Amino acid sequence: MLKIEGLTATVDGKPILKGIDLEIPSGEVHAVMGPNGSGKSTLAYVLAGREGYEVTGGSATWDGHDLLSMEPEERAAAGLFLAFQYPVELPGVGNATFLRTALNAIRRARGEPELDAMQFLKLARQRMRELSMPEDMLKRSVNVGFSGGEKKRNEILQLALLRPKLAVLDETDSGLDIDALRIVADGVNAMRGPDFAALVITHYQRLLDYIVPDRVHVLMNGRIVRSGGPELAKELESEGYAAIQARAA
Amino acid sequence: MSVTTETLQTVQSVTEGTYKWGFETDIEMEFAPKGLNDDIIRFISARKGEPEWLLEWRLRAFKAWQAMSEPRWAAVKYPPIDYQDAYYYAAPKQRPKSLDEVDPELLRTYEKLGIPLKEQEWLAGVTTSPDGTERAPVAVDAVFDSVSVATTFKERLEKEGIIFCSISEAVREHPELVRKYLGTVVPPADNFYAALNSAVFTDGSFVYIPKGVRCPMELSTYFRINAKGTGQFERTLIIADAGSYVSYLEGCTAPMRDENQLHAAVVELIAHDDATIKYSTVQNWYPGDAEGKGGIYNFVTKRGACRGARSKISWTQVETGSAITWKYPSCILQGPDSVGEFYSVAITNNFQQADTGTKMIHLGPRTKSTIISKGISAGRAQNTYRGLVRISPRAVGARNFTQCDSLLIGDRCGAHTVPYIENRCMSAKVEHEATTSRIAEDQLFYCRQRGLSEEDAVGLIVNGFCREVLKELPMEFAVEAQKLLQISLEGSVG
Repeated sequence: MLKIEGLTATVDGKPILKGIDLEIPSGEVHAVMGPNGSGKSTLAYVLAGREGYEVTGGSATWDGHDLLSMEPEERAAAGLFLAFQYPVELPGVGNATFLRTALNAIRRARGEPELDAMQFLKLARQRMRELSMPEDMLKRSVNVGFSGGEKKRNEILQLALLRPKLAVLDETDSGLDIDALRIVADGVNAMRGPDFAALVITHYQRLLDYIVPDRVHVLMNGRIVRSGGPELAKELESEGYAAIQARAA
Repeated sequence: MSVTTETLQTVQSVTEGTYKWGFETDIEMEFAPKGLNDDIIRFISARKGEPEWLLEWRLRAFKAWQAMSEPRWAAVKYPPIDYQDAYYYAAPKQRPKSLDEVDPELLRTYEKLGIPLKEQEWLAGVTTSPDGTERAPVAVDAVFDSVSVATTFKERLEKEGIIFCSISEAVREHPELVRKYLGTVVPPADNFYAALNSAVFTDGSFVYIPKGVRCPMELSTYFRINAKGTGQFERTLIIADAGSYVSYLEGCTAPMRDENQLHAAVVELIAHDDATIKYSTVQNWYPGDAEGKGGIYNFVTKRGACRGARSKISWTQVETGSAITWKYPSCILQGPDSVGEFYSVAITNNFQQADTGTKMIHLGPRTKSTIISKGISAGRAQNTYRGLVRISPRAVGARNFTQCDSLLIGDRCGAHTVPYIENRCMSAKVEHEATTSRIAEDQLFYCRQRGLSEEDAVGLIVNGFCREVLKELPMEFAVEAQKLLQISLEGSVG
């Protein structure tokens, strides 16, 4: 269970999150929707522990772990995964090396044996086939020269390999064509189960046609202004954020 | 808010005591008296049973050296060196006649360093690096302070006509070859340190690859400075005759001491028609402690002559150690269509200083050179790339490509690029690219979000930055070099 209570945070001294309350039980997928500048990405970065996103109040716990007091890599070891809106390029670092290093770091933290190069390749190839990713993406430098869609698929490949217990997907749908969107959604849906929770951050309803959420929350101006079932996403799509805001106000 | 501050602290947090090659071997040594004069040079020459011509050669070099002054143009700072306050000859008392007679203490020293001197171990395939990975056999010449203590696989190499021995032995056994080539690439009075080396050089490796022979294994020299208050002045000479090929690797370590020790080597390479020499260095001399105390002054002259048509000399260096590195492995491209390459990773941490680069002197037509330099600075270190590309009027159609990339970790270190280009030939093509970057906050965060510790993340990013160079290393050593880079940044390099 992810439990966020009264969470406030600033960026460069400017208040962005103004008191977030949110609970996601294991086994559920929740969507957070909101217009640009509402604090969606800030919420994702605060949960993952990015420097520069300063928590000023409230709490966030995951299965009893106090997330906010942990280093980013400790949060990852505890099962938190962030799919980046803009996946970062690592020139010269082979994608296979990166993925294996990350996987083994997580496995070490879980007390599982590390995978050698051959075991890893076998696993990675299998996951890549499932995501319709060309095998040469393993040989290329991490995200360097990848198209927008390839970068997002690479995030989902990492999700599939690392098998986190809590995934935060930060606008994973942005810049994806419909085929890529389907592949990404399939990757997330394949993870669904009683031991997996996800926070899907998106601007548009489109992604939620493929990843159907258990709950939808509307984030505006640093606060969750409405929560509801999947139908809330459709309502947003037809009426727009302005109408929701007017009603919430 | 900058993550690099935190990185910097991480980098500095593990400092002293992690230079794992810093132990000392307790062994009975013979020293020449401290100081430098004609008598010391006569002593060294007599100890080595050298012919008269070589003694004369040394004395001439010494005379030239006395009239020279230390170069001051490099971007390095250090207090004046008292050249009279050092031992110029230090050798284990017991001189082995064969591998079986090598002092067990010495064998243990090299084993500890991961360099087995027992051929049987290599041959039995049980040889593993300290990290447990298996390695292909490598012929090793082990130089301990002033003398070569053992050379392995000599007999197997002799079957191919290859000479691989210490330079002292070469002077005795192959005087005609030594006399023909010694000092022809780096003349005795070439520069201050080369002149000093020519006067007092003690040992080093000699390699001769006959016509048309491809050397069947990696050749390697392992340099170890052990004795206190000594300098190491090794001299290496490699000759690749027409159509031959050799890959050679040198490694270096030293105990941790508070004093600075001088290492002034000269390496000369000669490649005849269609010959290729690949020379790799993993330099890990003691860099001094986190406060900048102690460490080796690595003042080295390395130069190769591509004398023959289509000959090729390739330098690859991974420089992680030394308090100060002053070193410019160079190529003189005389033969038409000859090729010179320089691949370098220089990493400096804490108070280390490196001023390193290359000279590519294009004399022959259609000569080609490639320079890839990767400089990494952390702590308060300073890292300078200094290079010269000179194209003579006769070097019609010559080409050079230079790429210098610098990576900064933290905000108290420095990176400098000083490229000189002298082109006197209209048809030549010279390209130069340079970049300076920092490890970006988002790169670190991305790695850490995937579970990597900050140190591992820095290591991964740095290895990625150096990949173009590391892939040039012989495979057996590339893995070790990668680990060394990571260790260096964790702070063990001081």
